[in-house]
Amino acid sequence: MTGKTLYDKLWQAHEVRDNGDGTSLIYIDRHLVHEVTSPQAFEGLRLAGRKLWRVGANLATPDHNVPTTDRDKGIDDPVSRLQVETLDENCQSFGITEYKMNDVRQGIVHVIGPEQGATLPGMTVVCGDSHTSTHGAFGALAFGIGTSEVEHALATQCLILQKSKSMLVQVDGVADEVVTAKDLVLAIIGEIGTAGGTGYAIEFGGEAIRALSMEGRMTLCNMAIEAGARAGMVAVDKKTIDYVKGRPFAPTEDQWEQAVSAWQDLVSDEDAIFDKVISLDAARIQPQVTWGTSPEMVVGIDQRIPDPSSFTDTVKQEGAQAALNYMDLQASTPINEIAPDKVFIGSCTNSRIEDLRAAAKVAKGRRVASNIKLAMVVPGSGLVKQQAEQEGLDKIFIDAGFEWREPGCSMCLAMNADKLEPGERCASTSNRNFEGRQGQGGRTHLVSPAMAAAAAVTGHFIDVRDLSQRDT
Amino acid sequence: MDKFKHLKAIVAPMDRANVDTDAIIPKQFLKSIKRSGFGPNLFDEWRYLDHGEPGMDNSQRKINPDFVLNQSRYKDARILIARENFGCGSSREHAPWALEDYGFRVIIAPSFADIFFNNCFKNGILPIVLEANKVDYFFTEVANNEGYQLTVDLEKQIISTPKKENIGFDVDEFRKHCLLNGLDDIGLTLQYVDDIKAYEEKRKQQAPWLF
Ligand code: SF4
Repeated sequence: MTGKTLYDKLWQAHEVRDNGDGTSLIYIDRHLVHEVTSPQAFEGLRLAGRKLWRVGANLATPDHNVPTTDRDKGIDDPVSRLQVETLDENCQSFGITEYKMNDVRQGIVHVIGPEQGATLPGMTVVCGDSHTSTHGAFGALAFGIGTSEVEHALATQCLILQKSKSMLVQVDGVADEVVTAKDLVLAIIGEIGTAGGTGYAIEFGGEAIRALSMEGRMTLCNMAIEAGARAGMVAVDKKTIDYVKGRPFAPTEDQWEQAVSAWQDLVSDEDAIFDKVISLDAARIQPQVTWGTSPEMVVGIDQRIPDPSSFTDTVKQEGAQAALNYMDLQASTPINEIAPDKVFIGSCTNSRIEDLRAAAKVAKGRRVASNIKLAMVVPGSGLVKQQAEQEGLDKIFIDAGFEWREPGCSMCLAMNADKLEPGERCASTSNRNFEGRQGQGGRTHLVSPAMAAAAAVTGHFIDVRDLSQRDT
Repeated sequence: MDKFKHLKAIVAPMDRANVDTDAIIPKQFLKSIKRSGFGPNLFDEWRYLDHGEPGMDNSQRKINPDFVLNQSRYKDARILIARENFGCGSSREHAPWALEDYGFRVIIAPSFADIFFNNCFKNGILPIVLEANKVDYFFTEVANNEGYQLTVDLEKQIISTPKKENIGFDVDEFRKHCLLNGLDDIGLTLQYVDDIKAYEEKRKQQAPWLF
């Protein structure tokens, strides 16, 4: 018998029953809830007179609609306010623990789950949000669901699922110091395409992945969905366990030892066979910048915008041309000549403490360039914000001319007041560069936190390494 | 959920790859706490020339005459043909809600994003995956024949063309069954209450820290 992949193990440990028709009933350990994709699910439960199966498996917080300034004044937009109030009411009446807008523990769901230890190795974690893949960083099976499935999970603590195929993305070699998890994952998406992982659960492995911190692994798994994979995951090691230890929801006392010993098995067996294997050499990956309207439209900072005619099939050629038109860019322009109008450091991809440290390191002692209309830093949670302030990062940013905001999704998708105006160009640490994502007519370039900060202080994209040589 | 058995309808083309859920229904409309009424804002940023916000009277807005669904020949379309990776991006079920509310019940493409694909079935929409050359053929036929219609038979898993061609398609057994009968998944799962409870008991022994 061949060995099992991590995905096989997680699947088997949660299979309540095999339905015999290609689907299985899979048990869900943790359900994270936010205001946008849950109201219709709670309404559905009420209409059908159904209760929650296991109240304690749920944890909620508002993140998409919350303002990032003047929190004490509440939410200005009545439609956003109603949505957040609806979450508060639903959590109250169904008994779900919620970190409300003004709680220091509030933040983006994918930041607070791990921060609270509510995401644990070996769990199945779901949320009505595609970036739930983030939690796979802990050797968990985590994926986004739609509102019907949110209702299903609330009512039954299970989902009816079809097993995906398995893919191993093996990244060996040693990445340059400035090359972050964000650059690795953008390079992976550039390689396999935004549909390359469709139908697969991806495990990231190899030397360069093992070298990443837990924050880095979360960034990586967060963007598995941008490669089309519903779930991304990384095997458990000492870093995983050290990160979890002592967090509010983590196991304590004798259960801790028992849990740690169970978690040791959360790795793919050496003889496990994956349906597909992709290999990359980390040493060859440069800091990445996207140039188009899909995360796969990405190149290294040392490169130029590709010519649409260089793509092989016509659908891709037309897609690239449409993207250049939308982005108002010319083929063959060197990436480092592109000048953004705004800079956004935040989102569930890059708003954890390590991300803020990386950006602050670049911003320290420098000033936001005069052509940048707004550079903002939005921490992923109230606790990340607090920690950053203890380390003095807020001062560094403010002194450099960045705005220091309250936690939430913010300009990652611009459901609150933070958005791009038509035609504005943004260096963003978020995960999607789709048309209109950051505001109608807005143009997004996805980068790492250090690269975003470097673009802010020079006024154009630049290799962070050139920056350090030039003026520090 | 509405049952889906059989549909004969006009086909509209959406000729671009990677149509994402932000394009299908822009985020400002996600602030609604309802499940219905998203149809007028389907493809909002492409469909109208002005910026749409929830609560606007859409009949008063400036239509983009170049957008394909605004052409009168596609006015009654209920089948959409699309390119690779349709529905990529967020998990928002508002995307199938908007498509369904607009009138689409079938989407045919060479590939779909996983979450969107799954969400369609839960809302009475049948997403069909066909080889790229077959989808391409439909694009050509639609362009050349105004009022082009297809007939989709879920029971038999066949798409029939006006030229009497029959094209088979695959659909997962369980999803087909739910769609044909308009079944609610939750009701189905609750038949297995005892299995879920037994699983929980066993799991509590193995991994007590999860409870
Ligand atoms: S930060 Fe962006 S991608 Fe992440 S959950 Fe919020 S809106 Fe979604």
